[in-house]
Amino acid sequence: MYRYDDYDQQLLDERVVQFRDQMRRHLAGELSDDEFRPVRLQNGLYIQRHAPMFRISVPYGHLASRQLRKLAHLARTYDRGYAHFTTRTNVQFNWSPLEAIPDMLGELATVQMHANQTSGNDIRNITADAFAGVAADEVVDPRPWAEILRQWATYNPEFAYLPRKFKIALNGATEDRVVVRIYDIGLDLKRDADGNVGFRVLVGGGLGRTPILGEEIASFVPWQHLITYCESILRVYNRYGRRDNVWKARIKILVKALGAEEFARQVEEEWAHVKDGPNTLTEAEVQRVAAHFVDPDYETLPARNALYEAQLADSKPFAAWVRRNVRAHKVPGYASVTLSLKKTGVAPGDISAEQMDLVADWADRFSFGEARMTHEQNVVLADVKLSDLHTLWELAREAGLATPNIGLLTDIICCPGGDFCSLANAKSIPIAEAVQRRFDDLDYLYDIGDIDINISGCMNACGHHHVGNIGILGVDKNGEEWYQVTIGGEQGNATALGKVIGPSFARADMADVVEKLIATYIEYRHADERFVDTVHRLGIEPFKQRVYGGEVQTQRKVAHA
Amino acid sequence: MPKLIKNGRVVADDWQIVTLTEGETAVSAVVPAGRVLVPLAVWQARREEFAGRADAGELGVWLGSSEGPEAVADDAARFAVIGIDFPKFTDGRGYSTATLLRTRYGYTGELRAIGDVLRDQFNYLTRCGFDALQPRAGRYSDEQLEAATASLADFTVPYQASATLPQPLFRRVARPTPPQVKS
Repeated sequence: MYRYDDYDQQLLDERVVQFRDQMRRHLAGELSDDEFRPVRLQNGLYIQRHAPMFRISVPYGHLASRQLRKLAHLARTYDRGYAHFTTRTNVQFNWSPLEAIPDMLGELATVQMHANQTSGNDIRNITADAFAGVAADEVVDPRPWAEILRQWATYNPEFAYLPRKFKIALNGATEDRVVVRIYDIGLDLKRDADGNVGFRVLVGGGLGRTPILGEEIASFVPWQHLITYCESILRVYNRYGRRDNVWKARIKILVKALGAEEFARQVEEEWAHVKDGPNTLTEAEVQRVAAHFVDPDYETLPARNALYEAQLADSKPFAAWVRRNVRAHKVPGYASVTLSLKKTGVAPGDISAEQMDLVADWADRFSFGEARMTHEQNVVLADVKLSDLHTLWELAREAGLATPNIGLLTDIICCPGGDFCSLANAKSIPIAEAVQRRFDDLDYLYDIGDIDINISGCMNACGHHHVGNIGILGVDKNGEEWYQVTIGGEQGNATALGKVIGPSFARADMADVVEKLIATYIEYRHADERFVDTVHRLGIEPFKQRVYGGEVQTQRKVAHA
Repeated sequence: MPKLIKNGRVVADDWQIVTLTEGETAVSAVVPAGRVLVPLAVWQARREEFAGRADAGELGVWLGSSEGPEAVADDAARFAVIGIDFPKFTDGRGYSTATLLRTRYGYTGELRAIGDVLRDQFNYLTRCGFDALQPRAGRYSDEQLEAATASLADFTVPYQASATLPQPLFRRVARPTPPQVKS
């Protein structure tokens, strides 16, 4: 992974000094709440429901074992012994004391971590495929490009006060595992006929109140122009994005208003001025950054391992875990393991300090000292030998991190919701738990197969509910919590937004609603057809009839007209 | 005399910023004698009347946050001072305006940030090309303004190219390549 040199470290250390003084001036009354707000957000600090919420950046999801141990230490020392992993590969603490934040930033800086631009109207944490570098379907490793963009975006003076937040994601594989179409800028890395790297550029995606999928504005921007092209997009947005209405300030609204073609024309016009300028990338710089992401020292191993195969045959639970949580690796004799943070009874994405320490130990022992966070809020050990899988499984099982449910109905994406977040209109964690408890039969889960349930506690859509096969959105109506359901949303190459099935439901009925949706699918599905494909084939009508025909308490539209 | 930060130092300022009051138009606005920064609209409406004062270094313009640099591009060289207004410090358009005036339109005179200008933005403002920073009257005491100059140096080795550092870090210095092993 990327390791800081003196320049990276100096910038980070200067940031800590800057923020410590800002906090001091704020507490001394020299910096008002309004003036402090943007600077604290640019340092990951929210004022939340119970306490400050502190959001730490994990660029493209990569964590060294010592960084994980530092997070565990922070959880124990300053918080309540656990952390929350988010869909954008940030780490959140929910109970950190305000005055401790500068110290926490200082501790993070000692392991090359920070909370830079994890909130605020700036360029946010850059995300990429959790299986970058190890996936068999990878065309271009996105990590060096993500790191180059990270550096460009960090403390970029021109783009620190944008109209709204700005999110960039990169995909370098044939299967899109980052959902590029839901980002302000989605970059698809490609190779041209001569093997040269370039970027297909999608702009204007985003969920939230107005969900829109990004549209292509350039089919192939050669790698040299990655920064100048992004700079051009950001400049057009900074100058012409709406600032009069927070709900219309995202770049997607500008792209929609102008039309993708006209937006692309304005970007090209701006680009004509800066293309080939100083921000043009050099071969030397790309090689320097790429050298941080070379393959680890893999052993030369046979593709099959007799011991491992015997273990698979011996143990049904081990085989079940391998089937769901272990992925093929590009190197013979290795596999990638996903540790599930979706055990029933634990809030999705939550991980305790003890678990973080254990994952750090396993990373050192089995996976070259590195772990990764996924946008589904799980943890990946990317480089595990087949011969180590059984041992790792036993350890993970003991620690509650081996739930064999990756990609299944209980592997729910879920924001912290009304339990923690001051923006939320409704709780989301209890819904996830109710659904997990209802579907507690593993054989039935396997029979249902691949399905994504995504839950958000408010319009901001941190739980990405729009792109869940089943999406659940908490809404507030006259002070009461209700839940709106969408189906047919999808992540990946066929990214799609779900459709609302009708009036919203009471919390107590949500497990019933999901059960009825699944029952409808089971009844109508073709052999090997996924839930989402059945929805797309049949439309929402049969699902709707089943759900609303039964006895569930719904908030009729008339009641809140 | 009001104070501002110019080239990193607190100095007294004898420029007056003209704003249109209720009922005034660009044509009818009273523009006092002495050194003045007039709104763009006033300059556009009365260019001939004010050209002499501009050329004498006694009159500049200031741009509102929605007024782009293109509007003054042709005249930029004749102004001793161009102001860019920040109605709210969170309105970031002025950063792009300043960047373009410096890097695209070749403006070399004083570029002054006016309006809701706060010390927590000083570093970013100067890197975008502002060499004069004028917080609202009364926002900082003389002592606080003096102390605020420390914020100019918040970041000393930025990654990006910007108006004052036209080369990005990867072109300014030779950064070491790490050894080819994973942690």
